[in-house]
Amino acid sequence: MVQHIAWVITLVAMGAVTIGFLWVAAGAGNFAEYPGIVQKAYRIRKVLFIALLAVSGGVSAATLGDLPYAATHGAESGKFQVIDAVGARWQWELSADRAVVGQPVRFRVTATDVTHGFGIYDESMRLLAQTQAMPGYTNVLTYTFRQAGRYRLLCLEYCGVAHHGMMGEFTVVDR
Amino acid sequence: MADHSILVPTQGARRAVGAYLAVFGAVLLLMMVLGLLMRLNQGGLVTLPPELFYQSMTVHGTGMVGVAGIGGAAVLWHFLGRYVRLTTWVFVFNLVTFVIGAAMILSADFIGGFAAAWTFLFPLPANAGGQWEDWAAAVHLGGLLLIGTGFLLFHLDTARAILGRYGSLTRALGWPSLFGSDPQPPPATVVASTMVLIVNILGLVFGASVLVISLINLMVPQFAIDAMIAKNMIYFFGHVFINATIYMAVIAVYELLPEYTGRPWKPNRPFLAAWTLSTVLVMVAYPHHLLMDFGMPRWVLIVGQIVSYISGLPILVVTAFGALMIVFRSGLRWDLGAGLLFVGVFGWAAGVIPAIIDATIIVNSVMHNTLWVPGHFHSYLLLGQVAMLLGFACWLGKASGGTSPSRLFNALAFWLFVGGGIGLTQSFLYSGRSGVPRRFAEYLPEWIGQARIGALSAALVVLGAAMLAGRLLAGLHRPTGAR
Repeated sequence: MVQHIAWVITLVAMGAVTIGFLWVAAGAGNFAEYPGIVQKAYRIRKVLFIALLAVSGGVSAATLGDLPYAATHGAESGKFQVIDAVGARWQWELSADRAVVGQPVRFRVTATDVTHGFGIYDESMRLLAQTQAMPGYTNVLTYTFRQAGRYRLLCLEYCGVAHHGMMGEFTVVDR
Repeated sequence: MADHSILVPTQGARRAVGAYLAVFGAVLLLMMVLGLLMRLNQGGLVTLPPELFYQSMTVHGTGMVGVAGIGGAAVLWHFLGRYVRLTTWVFVFNLVTFVIGAAMILSADFIGGFAAAWTFLFPLPANAGGQWEDWAAAVHLGGLLLIGTGFLLFHLDTARAILGRYGSLTRALGWPSLFGSDPQPPPATVVASTMVLIVNILGLVFGASVLVISLINLMVPQFAIDAMIAKNMIYFFGHVFINATIYMAVIAVYELLPEYTGRPWKPNRPFLAAWTLSTVLVMVAYPHHLLMDFGMPRWVLIVGQIVSYISGLPILVVTAFGALMIVFRSGLRWDLGAGLLFVGVFGWAAGVIPAIIDATIIVNSVMHNTLWVPGHFHSYLLLGQVAMLLGFACWLGKASGGTSPSRLFNALAFWLFVGGGIGLTQSFLYSGRSGVPRRFAEYLPEWIGQARIGALSAALVVLGAAMLAGRLLAGLHRPTGAR
């Protein structure tokens, strides 16, 4: 679960930053000569900077191969079901309201009035995938459902007074 | 080699900074109360009609961005005035346009019903669906344009003053020391102010352009712009402007931590390199707001992720690490001002972490427009930028000879603000992990508990901020006693 991993990494990293600041704050009342501190601190800063740069580069290299944009999923060549999704205040109009487990679904998402956000949630209200729905553009979102059940569509871009009520549903069935 | 003698601000200049901080405090508190009301509504503890919720959301988002700019401008102007000759009437004019613009926005939103969020994504302002009249959209967008014009003049004046003393923007960024052998680079404040004027002038021009297009579209619907181009312009402006508010506020850290600790903050080569790099990177990183716009060129989105990872690192590492270094075993005697400045650097450093994680495309596809986003920006704005501004105001009040309440009062206000801020940001982040959308007036039952924790935390923030603001206003009440 991407969300959970992101959250745990965030907590650990924020915790490390917090400990660092608390440690320095707690010892601020003591005194040591600055030139000695500077010399050591610059060495640590250099290592920290290189480490952060390496982590950034590594994470980018590891994650940029798995983008949610249609062509990188090979959707053009695979066998998939196409569902047109059109957002208009305040409902989702789908060309089909059923999909099949294990078969990639290619959502062609657009909007007719203002910008909306097309978010797919499972029964536990976990966000699975999303794309923007914008007038004049058709965004292709490919997703393969692994479980049968009822899925909800929420609008994830503010679109007006009933934005929170702009929800749709569709069903995923076993083969 | 440039002359770095210190100029003494006039009494009028000091009063103008005081006026900025008074407006900052008042608007900040009002916006915080609106934020609290929204969280209470999401938690089912009060009932706001959806129209009022979204009007409040629009005012809160727009007002907080604006007031962060006003507070940042006060810091920049106060300290930059030590090195270059600024124009007081331009500074005051910016505040006047802000107040008039804010009044226009409040009227348009709460009387006219305009509620298109701070993002005013095209074509929403002109496509109200019966929620507001065109006049309300025009007054809101006009108010924003007026505020932007004031800030543009403010930065043009800083550009004029910096060019007058340093001759060129590259000299003011310290390039002769960075790439040559000039042993005396400009002060950190001049370097930061130069970076801010470069990025913000460009950001404001793009923001003003899309505002004018949206205004014309209200009157002549046939005059339209591509929604994606408009979105790019809006997010370029918004991303640059809000980042610039932090870069302005951090000047207080560069100027005041040395004063508290007796240790200098030297703009050495890594410092100068960091600010030059960030001048470019902050402008190139904005596509991370558009990662779910699959119609964008893919390479732009990939660059958006990569640049987002590295754009914050140079200044952040230099500043956060520099702050830790300067405070470490310095013999510092903590007071409220020093504590708030230190927390400000912490909030910035900690808040960048979830922001960078959200800029990862595969994470963004399940986090974008969830409460993860307010989770990270409240971290580096509320606990970061606002804390730095409050620290500056606190120091200014003390330097002006203002009265100081008891240590117990200060400690209580400080920990209410910090503790509430941590609770609020962590509740947002947890809700983002749970997929709770942002900008929802009404919640599903499973989200309400999290909103209530957020509301309680927000109430603590408001209480702490009100105590701090009251204390600061009392401190600023005697500007004639300034150094």
